[in-house]
Amino acid sequence: MNLDSKIPEGPLAEKWEKHKFNVKLVNPANKRKYDVIIVGTGLAGASAAASLAELGYNVKAFTYHDSPRRAHSIAAQGGINAAKNYQNDGDSVFRLFYDTIKGGDYRSREANVYRLAQVSVNIIDQCVAQGVPFAREYGGLLANRSFGGAQVSRTFYARGQTGQQLLLGAYSALSRQIAYGKVKMYTRSEMLELVVVDGKARGIVTRNLITGEIETHAAHAVVLATGGYGNVFYLSTNAKYCNVTAPWRAHKKGAYFANPCFTQIHPTCIPVSGDYQSKLTLMSESLRNDGRVWVPKTKEMAERLRGGQIRVADIPEEERDYFLERKYPSFGNLVPRDVASRNAKQACDEGRGVGSTGLAVYLDFADAIKREGVDKVSQKYGNLFAMYEKITAENPYELPMRIYPAVHYTMGGLWVDYNLMTSIPGLYATGECNFSDHGANRLGASALMQGLADGYFVIPYTIGDYLAQMPPTPVTTQHAAFKEAEEAVHARTQKLLSIKGTRTPNEFHKALGHIMWDHCGMSRNAEGLQFAKQEIQKLRREFWSDLKLTGTNEELNQMLEIAGRVADFLELGELMVDDALNRKESCGGHFREEYQTPENEALRDDENFAYVAAWEWTGDNQPETLHKEELQFENVKLTQRSYK
Amino acid sequence: MSWITKTFTSSIGRKVIVAITGLFLCTFLVVHLVGNLQLFKDDGGAAFNIYSHFMGTNPVIRTLEWVLVLGFGFHIYESYTLAVRNRAARKVGYVDSRPSENSPWYSRSMALLGTLILIFLIVHMYNFFYRARFGDLDPDINNNDDLYTLVVTSFKQWWYVLLYVGAQIALCYHLIHGFRSGFQTLGLNHRKYTPIIRVIGYIFAIVVCAGFASMPLYFYFFK
Amino acid sequence: MAGNNPNAKPMNLTLKVWRQRNRNSEGKIVEYQVKDISPEMSFLEMLDVLNEDLLLKGDEPVAFDHDCREGICGSCDLFINGRAHGPEKGTTTCQLHMRKFSDGDTITIEPWRANAFPVNRDLSVDRSAFDRIIQAGGYISVNTGGVPDGNEIPIPKNIADKAFEAATCISCGACVAACKNASAMLFVSAKISQLALLPQGQVERKTRVENMVAQMDKEGFGACTNIGQCAAECPVGISLENIALMNREFISAKATSENLA
Repeated sequence: MNLDSKIPEGPLAEKWEKHKFNVKLVNPANKRKYDVIIVGTGLAGASAAASLAELGYNVKAFTYHDSPRRAHSIAAQGGINAAKNYQNDGDSVFRLFYDTIKGGDYRSREANVYRLAQVSVNIIDQCVAQGVPFAREYGGLLANRSFGGAQVSRTFYARGQTGQQLLLGAYSALSRQIAYGKVKMYTRSEMLELVVVDGKARGIVTRNLITGEIETHAAHAVVLATGGYGNVFYLSTNAKYCNVTAPWRAHKKGAYFANPCFTQIHPTCIPVSGDYQSKLTLMSESLRNDGRVWVPKTKEMAERLRGGQIRVADIPEEERDYFLERKYPSFGNLVPRDVASRNAKQACDEGRGVGSTGLAVYLDFADAIKREGVDKVSQKYGNLFAMYEKITAENPYELPMRIYPAVHYTMGGLWVDYNLMTSIPGLYATGECNFSDHGANRLGASALMQGLADGYFVIPYTIGDYLAQMPPTPVTTQHAAFKEAEEAVHARTQKLLSIKGTRTPNEFHKALGHIMWDHCGMSRNAEGLQFAKQEIQKLRREFWSDLKLTGTNEELNQMLEIAGRVADFLELGELMVDDALNRKESCGGHFREEYQTPENEALRDDENFAYVAAWEWTGDNQPETLHKEELQFENVKLTQRSYK
Repeated sequence: MSWITKTFTSSIGRKVIVAITGLFLCTFLVVHLVGNLQLFKDDGGAAFNIYSHFMGTNPVIRTLEWVLVLGFGFHIYESYTLAVRNRAARKVGYVDSRPSENSPWYSRSMALLGTLILIFLIVHMYNFFYRARFGDLDPDINNNDDLYTLVVTSFKQWWYVLLYVGAQIALCYHLIHGFRSGFQTLGLNHRKYTPIIRVIGYIFAIVVCAGFASMPLYFYFFK
Repeated sequence: MAGNNPNAKPMNLTLKVWRQRNRNSEGKIVEYQVKDISPEMSFLEMLDVLNEDLLLKGDEPVAFDHDCREGICGSCDLFINGRAHGPEKGTTTCQLHMRKFSDGDTITIEPWRANAFPVNRDLSVDRSAFDRIIQAGGYISVNTGGVPDGNEIPIPKNIADKAFEAATCISCGACVAACKNASAMLFVSAKISQLALLPQGQVERKTRVENMVAQMDKEGFGACTNIGQCAAECPVGISLENIALMNREFISAKATSENLA
C-alpha cells in the first residue's frame, strides 16, 4: 500500500482551514445514523467521544478502567502548551510550531504540527469553559510558566496536576453525553481484537474484565485512543495497566506502526530503589525551572558520597558540577528531555552518580529556597515535594532530590495520515496512540495539547469526511469476520491458560523490560540491538511454552489480563529493536552511539533518514515490511539542534 | 412526590430539619436553665414555684410548648430515620475497623447519646412535668403548686441524682457535636467563624450541662 | 536517609486478606505470610510479592484495584488495618510504604464497604455509582467550540484556588469507606463546590445540586452526620467546607429554583 499522508496543498498556515472546508460533511439529520467506536477514554478518547456525541453521532466508548476518569492522562503533572501569547513574550502559532518541530528533531510532519499549534489556543478556551481550574494571576487572568525546551512562557497549568484537571474536564463533557444517551459507556472492557470487513475497520472484540465475557461491537468507524506503549520497558512512568494491545491488534490486522523506536526518556524521575520496583514516578519537569541539576565533579567525591563517608552538605560549591548549566549556558537546566536525560546518564556512566545505586543525579532547590523563600517554593512545588518525600522518606527542602531518567512517553505509534486515519480505512488513532506530532522527541507540556487537539478539534472534522462517503445504513456484528475475530480471542485466551508452565507473566515482563532498557533505551548500538533481538525472540518462545496462570477466563483474572498484554509487548519489543537498527542516525530520543558529534550530541542524517518508518505486519515471526514516508520541510530549515 | 416532600425526605433535607430543630432545642435549654436557677434562691422555693406556675399557665408559653413538642418530635423522628438509613448503607461491615483513629467517639455516637437523653427525658417528664401539670401537688405559701418540694425530695435519692448527672454528661457530648454540626449542616461554615462556633459550642455544652447537673448535686449534698 | 538506605531490614508479615470470588458469593478473611519485605516497597508492591507467590504455588492471586501508583488516578482502594488507605494521613494506598509497618506485624486488608460499592472480587469494588452522580450534573454544559477566550472570564485568584482545591478529588471513595454512614457527601460536594465557585458554573448551579444530590441518595449512600471521618481519611485533603457549601447550595436551590418536580 502506498503511504499517502493526505497533507493538503497550499501554504502551511492555510492548510487546515482549507482542509476543513474541503472535507465532506455529514448531514445533521444523518449523523445519528452513524456509530463510532472509541477505545480509550483518556484525554484523546474522552474529548473525541464527547465532541462526536455532541455533533450527533452514536458513540460507544470503551475503557478497561472502572471509570473513564482513571485513564493515565490523569497523571500528567506539568502543563499544557498553547500559543496564546498572553505573556507578551513573543509567542505565536509559528513559534510553537517551530519549537515543536525542532524539539522533535525534525522527524515530524510540518502540516500536522502546525495544525496542532493552531488549535492549541482553542483547547485552553474550551477547558476554561468546562470549568478547568487553571492557575491564575492575582488579576484573575490565566497564569503561564515556561517549560523544558521553550524560551517563552506558554504553558498553562493547574498546580502539579494539570493532567487530572484536563481529564476531569473531558470526563465531565463525556459524562454529559452519557447522561444524554449519546454515548454508551463500556467500563472494565478491554479491546482484544479489531474487526476488519472488506478492508475497512468495522468493529472490535472486547473482554468484560469482571465476567470474562467476550463481546463483539460494530460501528462505521473505530477510533483508537489507547495511549502509549512505554510499559514495554516494564518500568516506566506509565500506569501499570498501560499497554499496547489495542494498537498492536490493529497492527496485526494491517495498520502500520510508525517509528516504534522513538521513546522518550524523561530526565526527572525518582530513581529505582530495588528489584521489587513496580513503576517509576515522575517528578514534573517544571521542577527544572528552579531546581539545579548537579553531580560531584569527581568520581572520587561521588564514591565517598555513595559510601556514606561524606554528606551532600560536605561538598563545597566548587566541587559540584552543574553539568547542564555548564554545557548549555543558554538553556541551562531547561534543555529538552532527551538532552537532559542523556547527560544524566553520561554523568552516572562516568561514575559520578549519587544515591546508593549510583544511578541518580541531584536536583537541588537550595538556591531557589534562598532566593524566594520556602513559602514561595512550596507554593509552586509543594505537592511534588510531598510526593517525593512519601516515596523516598527524604525531605527535598533540606536535601537535594535524587532523580534519574525513566521511560515516559512513546512518540511512535500507529501511522496516521493528516486525517488521523491509519492505513486501515475507517480506523483512526489519536493522542499518544498515533505517531504524528512529536517526531523523535516530545517537548514538555505537548502531550496534553496533542491529545486534546486530536479529540476536540481534529477528529470531529476528519471522521465526517470518511463517514460521508458511506451510506448511513446500520452496521451489525453479523458478518463472518466478527465470528472469526471472536473465536481468535477465545483461542488465544485458552492458549494462555493452557500453557501451565512455571513463570509468571510479570517475570516475563520484567525480563523483557531489562532487555529493552539495556539495549534499546537511552542509547543504542547495532551490536546491542542485534543481541536484544535474539533475546526477545528467545523470551517470546519461552513465554508461549512456560507461562503460568491460574483461574479461568470467566472471572476477574488480573494475571490473565497481564499475560495478554505481555504477549503483545514481546512482539512490539522486537519491532522497536528492528526500527532502532534500521535508523542509522541519532535523533531526539533515539541515540545511536555510532552516530554522534564530537561533543556527544545526536548526529542526524537528514539525507537518508528524514522519513517516517512505517512497519507493516507480515505474519507471526516474520520480518515486518518497512514503508517510508518522506518528510518534506518547506517552512523550517533543518539544523542541528543547539541548546548551548 | 411534590418538591416539598422530595426536599424534606432527601438526605440533606432531613439533615436540615435535624439541624434547625437541634439549634432550636439549644435555645430551649438556655431558657430552661435560666428559669431553673430559681431553685438556688434560698426562699424555700417560693420564687421557683412562681416561675413554674407562670410557665404552666401563661398562654404564650403554653403555645410555645407545642412548638417545643414539635421540635423534639421532628428532631427525634428525622434523626431516627437518618440513623436507620445510614446503618443500612453498609450491610457488610469491616472485620477490622478503627474509627477512633480518625474521629471523636461522641461524634459517631450521636444516636446512642440521643437515645440516652430520650430515656432521661421520659423519666424527667413523668417525674416533674406530668406531676406538675396533671398531678396533685400541694400548694406552697403563695398558693402555687409546690413543685420545689418535689424537686428537693427527688434529688435526695442517689439513683435519681445519678440518672440526672449521667444524662447531663450524655447531653454535653451530644451538644459538643450537635452545636457545631447544626451550623455545618445549614451551610454555615466559614474560615473566619467556624473556629469561633466550635469554641462557643464547647462552652455552651459545658456551661449548660454543668448548670443542669449542679441542681441535683446541690440538693443531694448541700440541702 | 531512610529512602536510600541499603541496610533497611527486610520484614516478615502476616496478612489477613478478604477473599471473595465474585459479587454474589460469600467472602472470608484468609491468612497469608509474606517474607523479606523491604521497607522501601510500596504497599502494593508488597501485594505484588504476595500475588507472585500465590501464582507460583498454583493459587489464585488476590484481585485489587490499582493503576497509576503515584496517587492520582484514584484506583487503589484498600482498607488497611481498620483505616481507608491505611494508617498514614493524606496518602493513597499506592503511596503508602512498608516503612510504616514493622517486622512481625499482622495487617488486615479489606475492600471498601458500602452497599453502593459492591465487591467485584477480593479487594476490588465497583465504584460506578460515582460516575452516575457526575452524569447527573457534574459538568458545565458547553459543547466543543464556540466558547469565549480563556481570559474573557477573569476569576479572582482566591476563588480559582478554592475551586482547584475542591477539584483535586481523585474519586477513590475513601470518604465513603471511612464514613460510619457510608456517605458520599464529601465526594459529591467537592464537585458541586468546584463548579458553584466558578463563574462558568453559575448557569446550571441550581439544577446541578438538585440532580446530583438526588442521584447520590438514589445510589444508596448514607447521609452525612458531620463526623469528619471522610476529610480525616481523604488522601488529597478535601475539606468539610465543601459539604457545608453543598448544603447551602441545596437549601438555596430548593428554596428558589422553579423546579416543581
